[in-house]
Amino acid sequence: MTITNYDERIIKSNHPIPGAPNNWRRFFGFNTDAKVIGIQYIVTALVFLLLGGLLGMLIRGELITPPSDLFDPTVYNGLYTMHGTVMLFLFLFPILSGLTNLLVPPMIGAPDMAFPKLNALAFWLVPVFSIVLLTSFFVPGGPASSGWWSYPPVSIQNPLGHFLNGQMLWIVAIGLSGVSSIIGAINFVTTIIQMRAPGMGFFKMPIFIWTVLAAQILQLLGLPALTGGAIMLFFDLNFGTSFFNPETGGDPVLFQHFFWFYSHPAVYVMVLPVFGIFSELFPAYSRKPLFGYKFVAVASFGITILSLVVWVHHMFYTGTPMWMRNLFMFTTMLIAVPTGVKVFAWIATLWGGNLRLNTPMLFCLGGLFNFIFGGITGVMLATVPIDIHVGNTYFVVAHFHYIIFNTIAFGIFAGIYHWFPKFTGRMFYEGLGKVHFALTFIGATLNWLPLHWAGLLGMPRRVASYDPEFAIWNVIASIGAFLLGVASIPFILNMVSSWSRGKKAPPNPWNAIGLEWLLPSPPPHENFEDDIPTVLNEPYNYGLNKPFVLDEEFYISKALNDS
Amino acid sequence: MTTTKSDVLLHTPGHVKHDGHNLTGFIIFLCSESIIFFAFFVGYGVLKLTAPTWYPDGVSGIAVREPLINTIILVSSSFVIYFAERYLHKKNYWGFRIVWLVTMLMGSYFVYGQYIEWSELTFSLSSGVFGSLFYLLTGFHGIHVISGILLMGLMLIRSFIPGNYERGEMGVESVSLFWHFVDVIWIILFVLIYVWQ
Repeated sequence: MTITNYDERIIKSNHPIPGAPNNWRRFFGFNTDAKVIGIQYIVTALVFLLLGGLLGMLIRGELITPPSDLFDPTVYNGLYTMHGTVMLFLFLFPILSGLTNLLVPPMIGAPDMAFPKLNALAFWLVPVFSIVLLTSFFVPGGPASSGWWSYPPVSIQNPLGHFLNGQMLWIVAIGLSGVSSIIGAINFVTTIIQMRAPGMGFFKMPIFIWTVLAAQILQLLGLPALTGGAIMLFFDLNFGTSFFNPETGGDPVLFQHFFWFYSHPAVYVMVLPVFGIFSELFPAYSRKPLFGYKFVAVASFGITILSLVVWVHHMFYTGTPMWMRNLFMFTTMLIAVPTGVKVFAWIATLWGGNLRLNTPMLFCLGGLFNFIFGGITGVMLATVPIDIHVGNTYFVVAHFHYIIFNTIAFGIFAGIYHWFPKFTGRMFYEGLGKVHFALTFIGATLNWLPLHWAGLLGMPRRVASYDPEFAIWNVIASIGAFLLGVASIPFILNMVSSWSRGKKAPPNPWNAIGLEWLLPSPPPHENFEDDIPTVLNEPYNYGLNKPFVLDEEFYISKALNDS
Repeated sequence: MTTTKSDVLLHTPGHVKHDGHNLTGFIIFLCSESIIFFAFFVGYGVLKLTAPTWYPDGVSGIAVREPLINTIILVSSSFVIYFAERYLHKKNYWGFRIVWLVTMLMGSYFVYGQYIEWSELTFSLSSGVFGSLFYLLTGFHGIHVISGILLMGLMLIRSFIPGNYERGEMGVESVSLFWHFVDVIWIILFVLIYVWQ
């Protein structure tokens, strides 16, 4: 039995711990420090956000005029497939893993993750599968072009007959991404279950930790189904098996079940940590305790359990029998209950609070506003008759962008701004942040709000040309998309210049409660090392006379001295 | 009220149990791994019930006798590995090594039997739904058996490192757990493919 890093630290705890060398080069190598890995994840993911955004703008460029004039329709198929895949697997999952890596150990008072080496391995798989996926632009036949859901029989066509084709590379990349996510999930769940600070029982954990736990358990239960389906798809595509091939007796709808059994919960894997970010930020910027802490915490698991039994609502119009449609309509609507509990709690937290409208809070409020809107269209889509009418139209596209970008990405930006001072040790420029928020909110609204109308009028998705009657909605949407592209400029400027030359950040710039705010900014390599605080209460008692940890003054002054 | 450093160390979950993380992590991994098999089993069941043609042309069923012998050997190896673990708990290292090796041999015989069965079959991966599913399920399980044997080999080599077990027996426990997992999967697989014909 080799002695793990973690044990070594305990043995050596009387000596000063040599932290990672404090220079920028550590971000470019194999590093097992969760804080370095977190930043590696986030920066990598933001680069892919630019790439995915560029693909999105190319799509909107094509759709600014009704005929397909900018690209060949085949190229267009590749563009939207890769846009979806890059955004989900190369941007959203990695960036959430990054935030989780940064936040989980300090928030629960652990020195690092349970398996630091596996953690680094999970990160380094991201560049590997990204390269595999992006290579497909250069193989004969171009990238995968069957949409991000890769439904057979379209996805098992290999007209050029090359073994190395875009669809095959897509499947390999998704498989590797799954390995990376499972390694990450094992790590997060083990860390949260076993490495919490003394006194931090489950009902004293921050909501972010609750939501990460719920999301990662969901990942563990759902993702293998997609992996199983992807393995079968790989064999169908390359080795002539007949799992999903209707010509030889297979069942293409079976793949849809495998795919959505994971890919519906995947949305919750992404949105749950964002709910966690909302639950951390609203109390801190309203100076009020989180309304209904225990309900918000337990609702996370309500969402986890329900989200495993709703997947067929993606298949209402693919030959699903009526009893199944009704059953899944019911379960899908049921999921609005735990989600509604959370929304109610956030609004009740804001009610009568002393709001501070800085950049992270603005992104949170924008995200919450958009989430309520996207949630309502979600309940509409759960209704079988409406879904059959608008299925595969831009209404669906508009709905899920309201969730995926206007809620999840807004929450991610809020989280990045909120914890930026903590992990870089520098304050960001508030003015640039507000410009970023304004451009993002206006751009996102212009981009996706009009598409609801285009969809209700029947504009089909995934087609490079459309009827001129939809032109006005598409012109507005394209302007919004380009505005979102512009919005990335103040963000990048802000991040780069603040990180290099920003004002030094105090340990707790927002006067927030939480273990991470008792640490210096940036926290030392091992967080609390061996002085781990004993937690007395959940971290939301703003304005109440309830102590958060034992001996809080000691940690506050220690953090000030170490900064 | 003040706390001392030793108080904190005593009360911190995870600081005391060294092997706890690894075994917990491994159990979580197995839960997740079982979902892949679950997906394959569901696929098998659905296609078996709905596919227009099931067996490939010229095949009416699949022989049970040899696979049954194989099954008995694999299932009994799960008991044998338990005795190996017990020897290890009693610090009888040679007893552990010998019984551990017996488990490895039983596993290897299973792989050999599987190879013989595959080489005698008249259909292939691309002969319809049954061919695809048969080779997928047995192949994917076979990869797990081979991985189990390799992991056991690793544990056997490591048992010769002096002081290897002073910090616990997590590696052996995990591999043994993996072996039971592979065994349970095979029982379900055997029922699905060979019994339910």
